Amino acid sequence: MKKIIYSSAVMLCSLVLLVSCGEENSKNRGALSSGAAEKVYVAPGEYDEFYAFISGGFSGQLSVYGLPSGRLFKVIPVFSQDAEKAWGYNEETKPMLQTSHGFIPWDDSHHPDISQTNGELDGRYVFINGNNTPRIAKIDLSVFETTEIIEIPNCAGNHSSAFVTENTEYVVAGTRFSVPIPQADISIKDYKGNFKGSLSFISVDPEDGGMDLSFQILMPGFDYDLAHPGRGASHGWMFFSTYNSEEASTLLEVNASQNDKDFIAAVNWKKAEEYIKAGKFTTMPANYAHNVYDESTHTATSTMKKEVRVLDASSLPGLVYLLPTPKSPHGCDVDPTGEYIVGNGKLSADLTVHSFKKMIDAIENEKFDGEAYGIPILKFEDVLAGTVKQAGLGPLHTEFDGEGNGYTTFFISSEVVKWKVGSWEVVDRQPCYYSVGHLMIPGGNSRKPFGKYVVAMNKITKDRYLPTGPEVTQSAQLYDISGEKMELLLDFPTIGEPHYAAGIPADLVRERSRKIFNLTENKHKYATTTDADVKVVRNGKEVHVYMTMIRSHFNPDNIEGIKVGDKVYFHVTNLEQDYDVPHGVSMIGANTSELLIMPGQTETFVWEPKQVGVWPFYCTDFCSALHQEMQGYVRVSPASSDLELSWSLGD
Amino acid sequence: MSHSRKLLVLVLCLALFSCGEKTEEKDKGFKVERQKAEPGDSQELSMDTGIKASERVDLENKGVGGITSVDLAAEVDPTLAAEGEVLFKQYCMACHRVGKKFIGPAPDGILKRRSPEWVMNMILNPEKMVKEDPLAKDLLMEFNGSPMANQGLNEEQARAILEYFRTLE
Repeated sequence: MKKIIYSSAVMLCSLVLLVSCGEENSKNRGALSSGAAEKVYVAPGEYDEFYAFISGGFSGQLSVYGLPSGRLFKVIPVFSQDAEKAWGYNEETKPMLQTSHGFIPWDDSHHPDISQTNGELDGRYVFINGNNTPRIAKIDLSVFETTEIIEIPNCAGNHSSAFVTENTEYVVAGTRFSVPIPQADISIKDYKGNFKGSLSFISVDPEDGGMDLSFQILMPGFDYDLAHPGRGASHGWMFFSTYNSEEASTLLEVNASQNDKDFIAAVNWKKAEEYIKAGKFTTMPANYAHNVYDESTHTATSTMKKEVRVLDASSLPGLVYLLPTPKSPHGCDVDPTGEYIVGNGKLSADLTVHSFKKMIDAIENEKFDGEAYGIPILKFEDVLAGTVKQAGLGPLHTEFDGEGNGYTTFFISSEVVKWKVGSWEVVDRQPCYYSVGHLMIPGGNSRKPFGKYVVAMNKITKDRYLPTGPEVTQSAQLYDISGEKMELLLDFPTIGEPHYAAGIPADLVRERSRKIFNLTENKHKYATTTDADVKVVRNGKEVHVYMTMIRSHFNPDNIEGIKVGDKVYFHVTNLEQDYDVPHGVSMIGANTSELLIMPGQTETFVWEPKQVGVWPFYCTDFCSALHQEMQGYVRVSPASSDLELSWSLGD
Repeated sequence: MSHSRKLLVLVLCLALFSCGEKTEEKDKGFKVERQKAEPGDSQELSMDTGIKASERVDLENKGVGGITSVDLAAEVDPTLAAEGEVLFKQYCMACHRVGKKFIGPAPDGILKRRSPEWVMNMILNPEKMVKEDPLAKDLLMEFNGSPMANQGLNEEQARAILEYFRTLE
């Protein structure tokens, strides 16, 4: 009897608990009750509607997600080595990470931007900046691989980058940290007047996408923070936000926040082209790496370039104008029409919106308020289109939906605020969890946004996920913006740190995605495209193994005659010509543990055997039912051995 | 367990180990007799015929795929066959060797056992063939489940390889 009473009591308590839990949950499960789950659910085998390219920040990478599901498809190594893909580890891709400072396999990648044609996303390339050792990379969306990296000379902290003009004429780079140009051994205290900024315009070949540092514009020693191109009527202009117009070199959090206004620098790059044509540039000695990956040789080359054309903004009229913008502006965003330039003063509660038309009018009528190092400063009131008042705290970045609305992130008040372009009234606001930085609407900084979703990329995650020690996951949030009110649909983890992102309808990319590399087009210096050409060649202490792989064997799989002290190059060609049949290769004691070789591709790793014996190698990527059988042996003899090289398969 | 019992177990264990060592010295190979897979092994045989799939003759079967009829001229076209040989070396030799069972069967005399349509379908559409064609299914099992790779060849290339095979009678 006692037992029954006891268990009834327990049950009752449980029920009470359950019920109260239920109530609690129903409050938290707004998403489920509103159908958010259905909106982000992509059924097995179905495809996402959008690709999202989200920067990997200090990991130097670029990640590829599907929207609305938030599923991670690929992490593309850019300014990084990647053990998953052997990028930066195999001999073919090592040159991609060369710089004037040597081999730098790491950077801080911030702002991806997708190539455009006529101001609309064309899905050919993604460009992204390396912030730390200034570089710009191009990712080819037919292969989702980094195929070109150009270093930026006369630059430090390449932050206002890598934004493209509306026909991808140029990708820009801007120095966040002004430095002596050319670099010099001078006192830091001599900053003012001696340190300079530079804005670089890297041309992109319309045919093959080849990048070339076309020219640089020398600017006053401010910090150049972010940029966006003009479009439509303002095509031909590029807008850069600046802070530290105080030109402080120490304790910037105080000293660079003295002026009530800094500037947006409006750069007329068509004018720059005229000046270049007219020979008004100086050629400065420089030293910067240009690294190109050739798809037919499957190999990258690195070339050091030795000079750069420089235009001096102080002495070339009409090249640059300064638009006063409160207060240490960060984001610098242009609406789809190209008429409005939004400056997000990060120490302000308001958004400042400049008018391109008014700017041109002010320039034509020379309504100047002064000048900075010879560059005209326009009158604030004359260029101002409007202010989004008291929208939140700490505005950072703005994107547009193509329906006449702007969406701005507020870091301090941790929210996305929707406002109307033209009337400047706030329409809606939704909290972010927590401290949002950039946001992204697919095409949201082009003439044609796809205003269905906005992705907010947060700086702080805290309690949103299961804890993983002191370092918690990085995170993004997806909002449905198809209605009047924004609706939070999904939290999803990202790789660190998500700064900016670029999104595009999947249909604009998917069809162009390559499936294999054609063996007959393989021009790799050490390719072995038929088994008849398999061989092992000794050249002094250097040994080259011309190896092939196909389900499920290597040819050769037995090699003898290798000696301690040899440097053995394994050039391995995947003979498969079928979609998604890569093979891997791993050799005991080699510095690489895997090369992942796509069908028709050749990759190389180096092995320097240090111990006598018979050492195995094997396929590292599960390739077929007989994957575990895909293995081989190399016999290593003492350095003094005179055993001849021999190799075989199946003998 | 008493001490003496424990001791007994220990001794027995030692005895076992030493026995093992002795046997190994005598006979370094396997102790278990294993037979090479021969015809008669159910894995390699089709249930009804009792003949290895690779040796079975089936000239009626056109296979599964886009090739439904191939006209072979009386004489071999040497240009086409030479083209086929180049393609064979490039795309097929990693698994098929003339005159020798390798990863897959040797192509010698293939047209005495298979219809030209079957051969071309196998080249062009191996995934479908090993799923839907009974003979191809049996071949996959005979060759240890090693899948035939789809080398992405087009119909003209497969036809050239077929012509090359005609020279390997």
